[in-house]
Amino acid sequence: MPFALLKFGINKNFPFERHADLQAPKALGSSYDVVIIGGGGHGVAAAYYLAKYHGITNVAVLEKGYLGGGNTGRNTAVIRSNYLTPEGVHFYTESVKLFTQLANEFDFNIMYSQRGQLTLAYTDAAVRAFRQRVEVNKHFGGHTELIGPTEIAELIPCLNMHPGQLSVQAGLWHKDGATARHDAVAWGYAKGATQRGVELHQLTEATDFIIKNGKVSGVITNRGTVHCGCVVQAVAGFSSLLAAKAGFRMPIVSYPLQAMVTLPVKPFLGPMVSSPAHHCYVQQTGRGEIVIGGGSDPYPLYSTRSTLDLKESLLASTLEIFPFMANFRLMRQWAGITDMTPDYSPVMGLSPVENYYLDAGWGTWGFKATPICGKTMAQLVASGGKVPELIAPFSMDRFEVFRQVNEMGATAASH
Amino acid sequence: MKMMNCPLNGPRNISEFVFGGEVRKQPDPDHCSDIEWADYVFYSDNRLGIVTEWWLHAPSGYWFIAERHTATGEIQRTYDPSEIFNERIEFSTVNKEVLA
Repeated sequence: MPFALLKFGINKNFPFERHADLQAPKALGSSYDVVIIGGGGHGVAAAYYLAKYHGITNVAVLEKGYLGGGNTGRNTAVIRSNYLTPEGVHFYTESVKLFTQLANEFDFNIMYSQRGQLTLAYTDAAVRAFRQRVEVNKHFGGHTELIGPTEIAELIPCLNMHPGQLSVQAGLWHKDGATARHDAVAWGYAKGATQRGVELHQLTEATDFIIKNGKVSGVITNRGTVHCGCVVQAVAGFSSLLAAKAGFRMPIVSYPLQAMVTLPVKPFLGPMVSSPAHHCYVQQTGRGEIVIGGGSDPYPLYSTRSTLDLKESLLASTLEIFPFMANFRLMRQWAGITDMTPDYSPVMGLSPVENYYLDAGWGTWGFKATPICGKTMAQLVASGGKVPELIAPFSMDRFEVFRQVNEMGATAASH
Repeated sequence: MKMMNCPLNGPRNISEFVFGGEVRKQPDPDHCSDIEWADYVFYSDNRLGIVTEWWLHAPSGYWFIAERHTATGEIQRTYDPSEIFNERIEFSTVNKEVLA
């Protein structure tokens, strides 16, 4: 080792970070400009962008458990924008763009890895739907194309092209498809937000609201009452329950979604593969584990238990497309609670309560929207309730005027 | 596999059943507002606790009502809809006129 380098290393001016990634918690204050309920990726992202772009730092993020311990740590970490509707594609494309820069922005490795995502079509109807998605994606600047069986076999040589009585007709090849470490996304946002003065309060549960004349002015927590200028609800999985405390209902039904991961094996699968006909999606993590996910459970539940029947059917489907994986050993299994909306799009924006903003209905599409959702929610809050154009189509009252944003056909697994 | 007691067919695997949504009072479609109708069609209580729901036994095409806990998944009771819907509900006469 060169002496100069050694000298630089032990010099007291060595530029290592002298602060912890997360600031030490303070006592819960009695009043904040903004209270964000839910310390998952979405909540801390909104706090981060409020501090970064709008200079609003008198913000408390209340988390009933621990940072990123809810559905942020339970999703299958897929980042993609190959949706179906112009509104949806526009929104998710912006999110994918933000994801590519996050690690640099945070100075924190989120293990972002752009692999591409391949969705398989076995029928003419699926191919037709893919053509539409390709065109909408291209229009909004995404990189999506339709590829044939030859190209698919080249891309993923280990894929079974003729599972059961089906035959792969075409694939929706989404080059922007990526994965990242989901916890790290929450940690990076939390780090950036708390360094700018935002307070993150873990083990702090919102139990009720102070609402007068249809306007929220405070949150009652297990650690005392907090007065606030406005509230952002970002509690994926429990949106209806929190909304009920604020006195309104939501177009949401909560279902568990089960996923699992195998023991690590050598890298063999670059792209992420999704087969809507088999209701499953498969990807290999940077550590070599195979993540297997599917659609939500067939009936609503607030429990993150696993069931043998769903695991069996999910694995049976996976083995149809990757038969050699039959020898793999499962390492972990888990479930998250998905807030399913009737049209499979989120609910963002204003609520029936004044100064109470919604970030909900994130079903199976929440993680991939984390950056853009945080950014647009911050705009919404900072402007005092002026809904940004990008999220206007997702307002809750779209159901009352029958203007749904139908993304059901563009989810990875459930049809 | 989890079992459910069908009031018509007895205990069956849960995979034979289809969840059909919360039991709610339907507003009169001819006289309610768009908002009331949207509320009925799209919104739900989505409660944590014991809920009353429609379920279908798919092989026999039989709809019934189940009371179920949405945290434990425990099915408390299943029964024929006639326990709740014991008289015919007449909405407006518009449809009848069209039919006549």
